[in-house]
Amino acid sequence: MTTVAPGPAIGVAAPGTGAPGTGAEDVAARRAGAAGVGLMLPGTLYLVAFFVIPVFALLATSLYVPVPGGDVGQFMPAFHWQNYVTALADFWQPLARSFWFALLATAGALAVGYPIAYLIAVRGRGRPLLQGMLLVLVVAPFFTSFVLRTIAWKQILADDGYVVQALHWLHVLPPDGRLTATSFAVVVSLTHNFVPFMALPIYASLERLDPRLVEAGGDLYAGPWTTFRTVTLPLSMPGVVSGTLLTFIPAAGDYVSASLLGNSTNTAMIGQVIDTRFFRLLDYPTAASLSVVLMAAIAVLVGLYVRRTGTEDLL
Amino acid sequence: MTRPVTRPVTRPATRPATGRLNRRLAGALIPAYCALAFVFLLAPSVYTVLYSFNDGGRRNLVWQGFTLDNWRNPCGAPQVCEAFANSLQVGLLSTLFATTLGTLVAIALVRYRFRGRALANLLIFLPMSTPEVVLGAALLSQFLTLQLQLGFWTVVLAHVMFNISFVVVAVKARVQSMDPRLEEAAADLYASPWQAFWKVTFPLLVPGIAAAAALAFSLSFDDFIITNFNSGSFTTFPKFVYVSAARGIPAQANVIGTAMFVAALAVVIGAQVVAALRRRVSGAGSS
Amino acid sequence: MRSPHTASLELWGVRKEFGSFTAVESLDLTVPEGSFFALLGPSGCGKTTTLRMVAGLEQPTSGVISIGGRDVTGTAAHRRPVNTVFQSYALFPHLTVLDNVAFGLKRKRVPDARAKARAGLETVQLAHLGDRRPNQLSGGQQQRVALARALVNSPSVLLLDEPLGALDLALRREMQLELKRIQADAGITFVHVTHDQEEAMTMADTVAVMNEGRVEQLGPPAELYELPSTAFVANFLGRSNLVTGSVVDVGEVLGVDVAGTRLRVPVGRVSAGSTGVGAVVQLGVRPEKVRIVANGSEPTSGSNVLGPGKVTDVSFTGVSTQYQVDLGDLGVHEVFAQNSSGAPEVRVGDAVRLAWDVDHTFGLAGEPARSGQ
Repeated sequence: MTTVAPGPAIGVAAPGTGAPGTGAEDVAARRAGAAGVGLMLPGTLYLVAFFVIPVFALLATSLYVPVPGGDVGQFMPAFHWQNYVTALADFWQPLARSFWFALLATAGALAVGYPIAYLIAVRGRGRPLLQGMLLVLVVAPFFTSFVLRTIAWKQILADDGYVVQALHWLHVLPPDGRLTATSFAVVVSLTHNFVPFMALPIYASLERLDPRLVEAGGDLYAGPWTTFRTVTLPLSMPGVVSGTLLTFIPAAGDYVSASLLGNSTNTAMIGQVIDTRFFRLLDYPTAASLSVVLMAAIAVLVGLYVRRTGTEDLL
Repeated sequence: MTRPVTRPVTRPATRPATGRLNRRLAGALIPAYCALAFVFLLAPSVYTVLYSFNDGGRRNLVWQGFTLDNWRNPCGAPQVCEAFANSLQVGLLSTLFATTLGTLVAIALVRYRFRGRALANLLIFLPMSTPEVVLGAALLSQFLTLQLQLGFWTVVLAHVMFNISFVVVAVKARVQSMDPRLEEAAADLYASPWQAFWKVTFPLLVPGIAAAAALAFSLSFDDFIITNFNSGSFTTFPKFVYVSAARGIPAQANVIGTAMFVAALAVVIGAQVVAALRRRVSGAGSS
Repeated sequence: MRSPHTASLELWGVRKEFGSFTAVESLDLTVPEGSFFALLGPSGCGKTTTLRMVAGLEQPTSGVISIGGRDVTGTAAHRRPVNTVFQSYALFPHLTVLDNVAFGLKRKRVPDARAKARAGLETVQLAHLGDRRPNQLSGGQQQRVALARALVNSPSVLLLDEPLGALDLALRREMQLELKRIQADAGITFVHVTHDQEEAMTMADTVAVMNEGRVEQLGPPAELYELPSTAFVANFLGRSNLVTGSVVDVGEVLGVDVAGTRLRVPVGRVSAGSTGVGAVVQLGVRPEKVRIVANGSEPTSGSNVLGPGKVTDVSFTGVSTQYQVDLGDLGVHEVFAQNSSGAPEVRVGDAVRLAWDVDHTFGLAGEPARSGQ
């Protein structure tokens, strides 16, 4: 591995975890014993303490009610499930918009990331230095602070910037049209932010692809496009699935792009609402119930997606 | 499975010339498209670098002219260097903890049999597949419930949490690619389990651990959302930039961002060149 | 450098289970000090598991392992006076060849570890490659490094786990002879695991044939070959023609009725439990001991004769010619004939009879033949 970027983070399952003790030869790979548990314990306990229990704390908070006659921000434990009803009634729009923007950003990142991954893995095969340098370019955006990059989009898409001027000149954009404070700017920034997450897992799966399979496709009288569609693309699907998950999930929860590049009326995403409820309005139960809804919705969508693409074993 | 046999000559020689032209066009299309894609990818970084030389003062949003003043005095704007130092501290500390805990888990997952493996795998996977805003909100709920003072340590605790999973995934891949017989060979050659780990396992895992640590550091250093939820009045570099965005980000922030960008780029390009040289040497050595 | 540390190896009732699967069933073995011992069997027969238990990399479910009379059953791998040459060599990729060889010496805090390692590399003629990394060596060179890395520690017992499996045929022959020479020079007890019967017979003084977790037969190669005691050994170690019949005549030489034909076998060459009249036994003979009797000529008296049958294949292999003869209900038999003068002119389709000396016949318990070929 040459880069510091996340590889195919989702989609690494140990092969050969099958039935233990069938055949003496592969038993060597895994040892039984207390040592394994000892190695596991610190890390898993940490995750239980700072991930599992917090999620339950979040669930509990989402059901709290205000202390009668108390100050703003004072709540007490309850089982007030109606918090969810009001939260959804008030904020279904930013919630739906978050998923819509995340979907657009995923499609955009795929459109930008797949050809890059293909170029590096397939066209660059056998030239490791070139491949390495191009991979550096793919992860280079990570080396600029994420917030600074988002602000740079504000400068790139500014009203008097080159991009807007060019679009005016081409009459793509009406004379009074602008790009900042629009959904477009938010989606562009989201897309940009997640291209490396998309490209790297796809690169990893294309890299593993046996070039002889592609040659065999050509040998069997398939044209380049047919070969791509019937051989390369299906074999790179694990990377595509990993990449889309790595893009969609964080994009749906992101609010830096929306709050720095959007406007206050029609670009708000659910993360902004949660942030505002928590910090400006001290409305913890609503913020918590929206967080739970977001997590649950993503779990359902990811489950359906993974089942649909037949890649359960990737998880 | 039998491997498909390839014959070198497969295409009829009488292919029409237009077909060949189309193919050549299609061949050039992907590199051209990718060139545009790289422009898109790198434009914000280039802007960040450019605006570190902007004579824009406090509101560094519009190009005002070239200056080196920001570089001469990178700590000139209030709080910017403090925030940067905070981010470095949080990054180093959380990387140290997360890398240690994650490496142990990765070794256990690949090398040992125990009950509850599937559950452990799920526990590693879930934080990566949960949006940051939910992780941040959940931790905040917990810290509020426990009435913990938000600040440096709550940020470190949060960063270790989301980094463990990434470290596990990165190191696990390396452990999986390591022949388990090497550790057995060490034991066979009189190395105690402790010696076997430090003389054989660890040196072979170093590239994977180093990559995981670099990833953890960059994720921690760059994190805004989870930090924002759990930092109280403590400020990291991304939080500083985000908060200043409303009234204008000082150009010094771009200076620091650019310096980090160049340093990271130098490290990875250097690694690529070293790898290329090593390939050449070993290629010559084995021939 | 004859080893002063060499020792015998003994296994008493050693058994290994993995869950519900029994890899090794109650094994008793004695490997005398300084001998070259081969564990031979098909993959999955338990031979590698046995080796790993001796090395301490696997703990037996029950039983006792002792080296030089000392019980080492509970001793950890790194405290046992044995060293292993692994199947894939398991050379440390991050260390130089010299550091690989010095690894065990350094762990044992032997003074002058590097100098001794260099001397160890010299015995395998690789002293000039000490500074290389293992991945810069050829397969054969890696194999020698693995051998030097194990031998340099002067182990009481050297364990070899299919060490030649990854080499090509010519190199394998060369290494077989080299290993034999090194064993003879060093005098160390070698335990060699292999699935290659020719390799086992070429190299070892004693061969134990293993199958399904059990030792089927143990002895010097020639004895195993001449007098296999089970159908599995008869077929795994070389090839055999086997037929089943019932005893009709007892005495110094048994008479056995095989589908109406009377065959004879010296009673000393029968390993079946019961040899009384009516006992069912299998009779076997090695293909190179069988002669083809063409139509019209008569077999020498005192031979066992089967047939006539039809020749279905004739293959010329250089040293010999191999014939397949279909004897109908008695199955297809093989005959290997040396390509020396006087070989019979036989073609596919010819009707022939098969004859062999009574003294070359061996007898097995009358179980149906298990597939071993």
